[in-house]
Amino acid sequence: MRVDWTTFWPRILESTGETIFMVILTLIFGSILGIGFGLLLYVTRKGNILENQLVFQIMNIFINIIRPIPFIIFLVAISPLTRLVVGTTIGTWAAIFPMTIAASFGIARIVENNLVSIDPGVVEAAKAMGASPFQIIYTVLIPEALGPLILGLTFVTVSLIDFSAMAGTVGGGGLGHVAMTYGYQRFDGSVMLVTVIILIILVQLAQWLGNTISRKIMRR
Amino acid sequence: MIEFKNASKTFRLGKREVNAVKGVSLAIEQGEIFGIIGFSGAGKSTLLRLVNLLEQPTSGAIQIQGVDLATLPKKELRKLRRKIGMIFQNFNLFSSRTVAGNVAYPLKLAGIPKKEINERVSELLSFVGLTDKANDYPEQLSGGQKQRVGIARALATSPDILICDEATSALDPDTTSDILRLLKKVNHELGITVLLITHEMHVIQSICDRVAVMEEGEVIEVGSVFDTFTNPKHPTTKRFIKSVENDLPSAKLLREWREKGGKRLYRVTFKGEITNAPVLSQITQKYSVDFNIVHGYIRELQERLFGNLLISFEGNADAIESAMIELQSIVDVEEVELDAG
Ligand SMILES: Nc1ncnc2c1ncn2[C@@H]1O[C@H](COP(=O)(O)OP(=O)(O)O)[C@@H](O)[C@H]1O
Ligand SMILES: [Mg+2]
Repeated sequence: MRVDWTTFWPRILESTGETIFMVILTLIFGSILGIGFGLLLYVTRKGNILENQLVFQIMNIFINIIRPIPFIIFLVAISPLTRLVVGTTIGTWAAIFPMTIAASFGIARIVENNLVSIDPGVVEAAKAMGASPFQIIYTVLIPEALGPLILGLTFVTVSLIDFSAMAGTVGGGGLGHVAMTYGYQRFDGSVMLVTVIILIILVQLAQWLGNTISRKIMRR
Repeated sequence: MIEFKNASKTFRLGKREVNAVKGVSLAIEQGEIFGIIGFSGAGKSTLLRLVNLLEQPTSGAIQIQGVDLATLPKKELRKLRRKIGMIFQNFNLFSSRTVAGNVAYPLKLAGIPKKEINERVSELLSFVGLTDKANDYPEQLSGGQKQRVGIARALATSPDILICDEATSALDPDTTSDILRLLKKVNHELGITVLLITHEMHVIQSICDRVAVMEEGEVIEVGSVFDTFTNPKHPTTKRFIKSVENDLPSAKLLREWREKGGKRLYRVTFKGEITNAPVLSQITQKYSVDFNIVHGYIRELQERLFGNLLISFEGNADAIESAMIELQSIVDVEEVELDAG
């Protein structure tokens, strides 16, 4: 069965919009949670400004358990929780929830790694100038790690486009859903091609934007 | 100004304990430049970090103008830290901020209005000679310029004390001299008490008033730089002085001197006013003895002269003996073992 392109183009456009919406919302929620977790991991580390072994170990173990689970399995595994929180397991919001959880753990690690690579001497200098732990976080740690952090978030964004397509195949909206229903189940190569091209363009765009911003921040 | 009272710091690394600072008692006076010298691992940085409580003492106390920082609530401690500027071997500048941004940082923390901050920053940059670099980022600066920014930043909140952790150890000799001059200016013009640590004796020699020598966490010798240089007591102190003032010719030269049937060598050391009098010449003339200066130096230390010479004497043995006795009553004389070195 051939696709009717006059109705199909608006459909593609709508799905692209859904994908972008899912990715951006996940990025926002995931960044808020992830940056928070990452900062918490860093400051509670041994020898750091708010050292707390208990908090650090719990978070560390938790992240280590969740992170290696492949997203497609994670997505299905937490669907009861998704239903509880979002009320359904179908549609864009039902995809955003598991994506946000997965992304925030990934972002937490990226944030922590970037913070660990900050010269501790700089934190010490701020401390010697009378900075409080909170001031150290937002006037030293975040600005000093921002350049590499943007690159990290770009990497996450690219994976999120990938995640969103996966979520689409199991009931979430977006391009993944289109590719699944039209391209895969109806064996329509041209639909597949269009979605693949759009996904490639989205990834390229995200990468370019991330590189540009981080280059500006890092002055390179 | 700064008083260490039997201060100790022990680090616990798993089961192992490191006694980085052991029972140090020291008083640093208002307005002086006080240097602490020691080899790597002696505990200098740890001792310095006790001053602004970047490290808590395990026992003992540190008082700043009579106040024990360890007894203060956190908020008060942070306020008092603004009165203790600190500079570092690796500068520790914020790479995300410009030169002006780095200098403005402690003022922002202190909640100073923006207009005042701008004025103060340009004043500080002109003090350290970096007015034209205000909008550069640290990565665009040389080591010496970075340390100037570090100093400007440390001075921003008008501290009473400046503590320096190996501030010149990452710099080349010329730049080191520039920075040392600047530290002297900080001390002279702003009346700021400077406490510095270093492993380089020439730093102590060029700007310090007093010095403490540290070894394995303990202070093994304290005194004015002049006294310490002219009359070091501890072997480690002597080693540090040898690193800047070699007071013996090389073993090879000594051997050659001996093989050529060289005379006995005497080390004559003299300090202060005595350097103004032609003592050597007068005494040797009196006893008709000739002298030959083989090796040595005369230096100015803290605006006083200090000489350390190796001299051989020629003439009648009894006359030399008498000349030595008279010389000894005025300056320090000791015979040098020819096979030493
Ligand atoms: N945070 C720390 N944890 C454990 N050991 C430390 C720490 N800081 C310093 N030390 C140890 O204390 C000793 C003195 O170090 P330090 O004060 O840095 O010496 P210096 O500045 O004279 O080279 C060294 O043995 C060092 O390894
Ligand atoms: Mg040190």
